[in-house]
Amino acid sequence: MTTPSKHLEIWNVSKSYPAPQGEAVIVKDFSLSLPEGEFVAIIGHSGCGKSTVLSIVAGLLDATSGGVAIAGREIEGAGPDRGVVFQSPCLLPWLSALDNVLLGVDQVFSNRPRAERTTIAEQALELVGLKGALRKFPAELSAGMRQRVGIARAFALDPKVLLLDEPFGMLDSLTRMELQDVLVSLLSGARKTVLMVTHDVDEALFLSDRVALMTSGPAARLGGTLQVPFPRPRERTAVLAHADYYSLREELIGFLEAQGHGSPADGSAGETAEVGDKEAVA
Amino acid sequence: MAFLELQNVSKGFGSGRQRVSVLRSVDLSVARGEFVAVVGYSGAGKTTLLSLIAGLLRADAGQLTLDGREIREPGPDRGVVFQSYSLLPWLTVEQNVALGVDSVFPDWPAEKRRDHVLEYIALVNLTPARHKRPAELSGGMRQRVSVARALATNPAILLLDEPFGALDALTRATLQGELEALWARDKKTVVLVTNDVDEAVLLADRIVPMTVGPGATLGPAIPVNLPRPRNRKAVNHDARFKEVRGRVIEYLLGPARRRPTPVSPSLQEAYA
Repeated sequence: MTTPSKHLEIWNVSKSYPAPQGEAVIVKDFSLSLPEGEFVAIIGHSGCGKSTVLSIVAGLLDATSGGVAIAGREIEGAGPDRGVVFQSPCLLPWLSALDNVLLGVDQVFSNRPRAERTTIAEQALELVGLKGALRKFPAELSAGMRQRVGIARAFALDPKVLLLDEPFGMLDSLTRMELQDVLVSLLSGARKTVLMVTHDVDEALFLSDRVALMTSGPAARLGGTLQVPFPRPRERTAVLAHADYYSLREELIGFLEAQGHGSPADGSAGETAEVGDKEAVA
Repeated sequence: MAFLELQNVSKGFGSGRQRVSVLRSVDLSVARGEFVAVVGYSGAGKTTLLSLIAGLLRADAGQLTLDGREIREPGPDRGVVFQSYSLLPWLTVEQNVALGVDSVFPDWPAEKRRDHVLEYIALVNLTPARHKRPAELSGGMRQRVSVARALATNPAILLLDEPFGALDALTRATLQGELEALWARDKKTVVLVTNDVDEAVLLADRIVPMTVGPGATLGPAIPVNLPRPRNRKAVNHDARFKEVRGRVIEYLLGPARRRPTPVSPSLQEAYA
């Protein structure tokens, strides 16, 4: 694949922990490059190491070897150039929705006047549909609304790269679709390079430009990538009606089934090659 | 009037025919320095009760006062530890604890705040991990950070919402022991809500059983007159321990019990 630029580059990232028998390898030689503005979904079974990769890109975990660069500069720790939305929105219960968003805004835009920072936070909450809930505490919000606050918090900092760690994994399927639409509309207003971790095949197809398939751990690797051809802006019914939708869906589910749960990564070489071939076709 | 006083407190969610009463006519008095455990089923309304005391929810009816003042909103006089750790993933242990200290003691010089933060990190035995981020910590370590953050703001009362519910049994036992030691050190007023009867018997001065919601209320308090520090193993042979444990379980399984019914979608989701 020829990429005009490598906005987000992950090269040969491995992560292992010391264990009684030598060391436990979670992720092995994971490499992936995203041009600016691309949305890539990493899909794989629970516990395969997807979130580990994302945490390393976020700078919240150190890689054992390999590295991550954004716009050609290697990252060192966490930074405001990367916005992260976590599965659990991690809101402080004693702060209102507005104050939770302000927490990040105050830190990143500390040189701007107070009124301007408040406006930034308010606008971000408005964009996710929470204009009427600025002063509510997390305990007064539904799980879906709380995750909207989490998304607003990430977007308010206007990061170059957005990292999504199963952001809708704890929501029921209807709320999940609602929030996927919120995300699509936010990204149509401010295009970003996005790396998302999910185990939901439909979510990956609806949101991403490319799906990265991760083999099951231990020593999880990139098993191949799959181009998603649906035109943008995307609308759910049109995507579902697209001629390729169900064949792509079948392919992804086939990959996941072939991976099984916790099957050794070595046994997956066949499927890996197959999916890799499909990428050339797509 | 007791240090913490709840009189005739009711709280429901939703409106019209969808309305569900979660708590009905709850009375509770907690003395200064007392450790009270509210024990009940999941979904009974325990978290709602604690959120009301924390000021994160407003009661529909009734009165809540702390040290004679009405509770209207959250405040630094109440430290809260939730089952989900509520740590900010991009901050280190030290920064997460400092978050609370900086907001409650903005007038202190930076150095004093820092020393204070480090003191409480040491208290929960996390000094070697103070520069780590939550992703690098185990569940038990994360909950220690939450406890340190809550205690470091010197709250008048500590509110604990199933703080050890997400931990494995061994880690839970360790943290319960640490909590008792911390409590014995500065005798803070504590309200703990839990579904673990043994946890309540090990830690509390008094146990208040909660009936099953909707419309949950509190049953008669059961005093726990066991000497401290309480030994997790010894209590199994102690007749007084068995007696208290039996009374709590009997109340919860007895006529007061109605089938646990889901309270409301928003509550089920809360702290999931």
